[in-house]
Order: sequence, then C-alpha cells, then structure tokens
Amino acid sequence: MTRIVTVETRDLGCGECQTSCKACEQLNK
Amino acid sequence: MIHCYQFDGLNIVLDCYSGSIHMVDKVAYDMIRWYENLPAEEVISKAVEKHGISREDAEECIADIDDLKTAGKLYAPDKYEHLAKDFRKKNIKIKALCLHVAHTCNLNCSYCFASQGKYHGERAIMSYEVGKRAIDFLIENSGFHKNLDIDFFGGEPLMNWDVCKQLVAYGREQEKLHNKNIRFTLTTNGILLDDEVTEFCNKEMHNVVLSLDGRKEVNDRFRVDYAGHGSYDRIVPNFQKFVAKRGDKSYYMRGTFTHYNTDFLNDIKQMLDLGFNELSMEPVVTDPSSPSAITKEDLPVIFGQYEDLARLMVERYNEGRPFTFYHYMLDLTCGPCIYKRIAGCGSGTEYLAVTPWGDLYPCHQFVGDEAYRMGSIYEGVLNTELRDKFASCNAYSRPECKDCWAKLYCSGGCAANSYHASGDINGVYEMGCDIFRKRIECAIAVKLLTSGLEQPGNG
Repeated sequence: MTRIVTVETRDLGCGECQTSCKACEQLNK
Repeated sequence: MIHCYQFDGLNIVLDCYSGSIHMVDKVAYDMIRWYENLPAEEVISKAVEKHGISREDAEECIADIDDLKTAGKLYAPDKYEHLAKDFRKKNIKIKALCLHVAHTCNLNCSYCFASQGKYHGERAIMSYEVGKRAIDFLIENSGFHKNLDIDFFGGEPLMNWDVCKQLVAYGREQEKLHNKNIRFTLTTNGILLDDEVTEFCNKEMHNVVLSLDGRKEVNDRFRVDYAGHGSYDRIVPNFQKFVAKRGDKSYYMRGTFTHYNTDFLNDIKQMLDLGFNELSMEPVVTDPSSPSAITKEDLPVIFGQYEDLARLMVERYNEGRPFTFYHYMLDLTCGPCIYKRIAGCGSGTEYLAVTPWGDLYPCHQFVGDEAYRMGSIYEGVLNTELRDKFASCNAYSRPECKDCWAKLYCSGGCAANSYHASGDINGVYEMGCDIFRKRIECAIAVKLLTSGLEQPGNG
C-alpha cells in the first residue's frame, strides 16, 4: 500500500528573477 | 524541521530545508511526526496500537520514511544559514526601481499608507529629467543584471502619464545600448484609464495592477474622491474594457481588505463575477490603532476565508474555470532558488524607491520617513550603514524565525511591515506571520488538489 506520495519540488543566485514584494528565470527559459 | 497539517482530507508533510512536500495517509502522518523525536521501535509500537495495523506494515512504513530521510527529503538538516550571512553584501547591484512619478492622487482613500499619495509631504510630480536620471542611475548600478524592473507608482501615476510614456521610450532606447531588458509595470486606481492608456500599456507594460476592493459598498467605503463620492461605478467599466483588451499579458485586480470586510472572499467572488481572473486581495497596511486595522480577533475569520478561497479555486479548476490568486501562486518544480528564498525582495539593496525629486528610499513603504533616506539618484547611496542593515535582513536574521517552518517561503517577511509593527526592520510582525503561514498552507493544498496526483490510501 502506498502510504507516502512525494510531490516533485525543486531541489534546494543569478538574480535575473523579477523583484517580489505591491518561476525561476533560469529554469523557465 | 518538518511541518505537518491537514486540509480537506489531505495529510500534508512539508520538509522545511529540502523544500520537499509529501502527501501521506493517516498512518504515515502520525509516524512521521512521532519519528522526529522517538526511536523507530517506539514509533512502530504506537502505530500498531493506534491504527490497528500489523507490525510488518508499520516496519514497512518506517523503512519508507528512512529511505526519504537518506534521500534528503525528510528531516533534512539546515545547510543554508551560512549563505545568509553575506549573500546580499557581496552582490549589491540594483535591479529594480519604484518610480514615484506622482505624489498626488485623484482619490482620497482614508486607509492609504501613502497618505493619499503625498507620503506625508507636499504634492509633487516627477519631471522627465528626474525620471531619465533615475533610469541612467539604475543602468549604471545594475552590474551583471540583464533583467531590470521599473514600476510606475504613486500616488496615481496616470496623473503624470506623459512623463511615464517618455520614460518608457527612453528606457527602450537605453536598454538596447546597454544590453538590458527593462520590464515596466504600472499601478493605477483606474480613474484615468482610457483607451489610449490601455493601448500603450498593452504594448509596453509587463504587468498592470488595477486597484479595486471588490463589492461596490466595500470599495466605496474607502476608495472615494475628494468630494466623497465612491469610485466603483467609474472604475469598473474602465477595468473591464482594459482586461478585455489585455489578451494574455499580465494584470492583477488588486484589492485591500480591512477590519470592515474580513469576509473578503465575497469581494473576490464579486471580482470573478465582473469577469476578472487574475486576483489579489491584501490585508490593509495601516497603523494598528486605526479602526480599519486587522485585529487578532479577526484572524479566525480570515483563516476561514483563505480556506474557503482554496476550496473555490479547486472547485473552479475542476469545472474548467480556473482563476489566479496572487498569494497562492507557487511554482514547486521551477520555483525560486535558495538564495532568493533566503534573501527575499531586496528592499534597500537591489530594489529602491525614487521620490519625484530623486531621493532614494529602501522601498515605497519607507518614502517620507526621513530617517530612511538613503541618498539620491545624483549622489548614489550614501547611507551605506542603512543599506548594510537591509542587506542583512533575511530569513535568518530574526531569532523568532529560527523554528518557523515557513521561513524559506517568506524569506523573513516584509521589512516595512516589521518596522511598522515593532519599530525595527529586524523585528517581527506576528499577525503578518500568522496570515502568511495560513496562506502558504492553503496555496500548497491547492497545488496538490489540482496536481492530478493520486492521493495515498487511508490505510
């Protein structure tokens, strides 16, 4: 029986993402 | 550190330092929580006793948990604190400016954090020359950054619209010369939003924020003109025409909820009924002594509204009528890197606000507070001590955040909120933290409930 389902998440610096206060730019090219 | 919570039949386990998310059945939900502090043998015995499962079943579950632990997806240790110490200090390049093109407004909203757009000063309009110098200042100080953000803000920026357009033209000219990509954005109350503005925005503005508080009686309680007349009937048709022409470009219908409308889900539903699908509804930023301020007693109602909002989003997603809520937007697979998660918005370092006369402040919420003036677009950032204080402000800078599971989602929160709540940018705005944690729980639940993933059985 499957008791645990692990959801795909990013495995935890270019600075090109939009400033957020009022997606990662590299991975979503 | 892990965080376990339940939402509408989902058992959810968040692993703080790996960023992993697990959906589990009720047996694993208990065992994962117990295993954080108890030895395996004791966890197995408790699971057998509480859930009536066989010992073999419990051992199998512990083995699965151990596998996740070995893979670094459960009980992961904190490996990032050292990154927080000098990340910002090493990389102080400016990549975003909030241009206060108008310290004046054609509305007179009593809850406005910017004191009706004047920021506790005199009315003022930014000249083209000041704006042009601000763009030069940004490019000169942007270093390695290719993507730069410029937001037209106020007050009401459309009261200085010709200058906005001239500055966009200048920015487009300069970005080519310097190999930059400038994203222009605009926030407006909609009073002056006409066909000409719409056409220009659809060509040039990366994102446009339209201020509307939802239901007519809610919007017109605060969002009134200087004669005291509500704005709803004037702005809604303008917004509907704008959105109809916006195509697939970004916009946000952005509302504020206060102590008077903690049932803000009804305002979100009103926005949906008006045909808007990109929505944002924020708690008011105001003096805690104000009658419109959110109170501790409001929190249970607000939390219930966030949960019901999550249910509405799932329901409409399943019906093929999805909508976006700003705070529930999470990109799980391609989301922010650890540096962004630690460092947050970059106020006072890579993001600065520019007044109509060219003074620099850490962000729009500090404008008008002379103690937070950092310099000007002519002389640069002079108050480097203040800049360094903001550079050190992150997910690890507050002792209160040490044991908070959400710190790598909030990045330590908003410096301005902390300052207004505690008098120190490294203080804590506890009510803001409570609200943030609830929103992240709901946001993750929405992602899981709309992911198409099969949920684990309930053993």
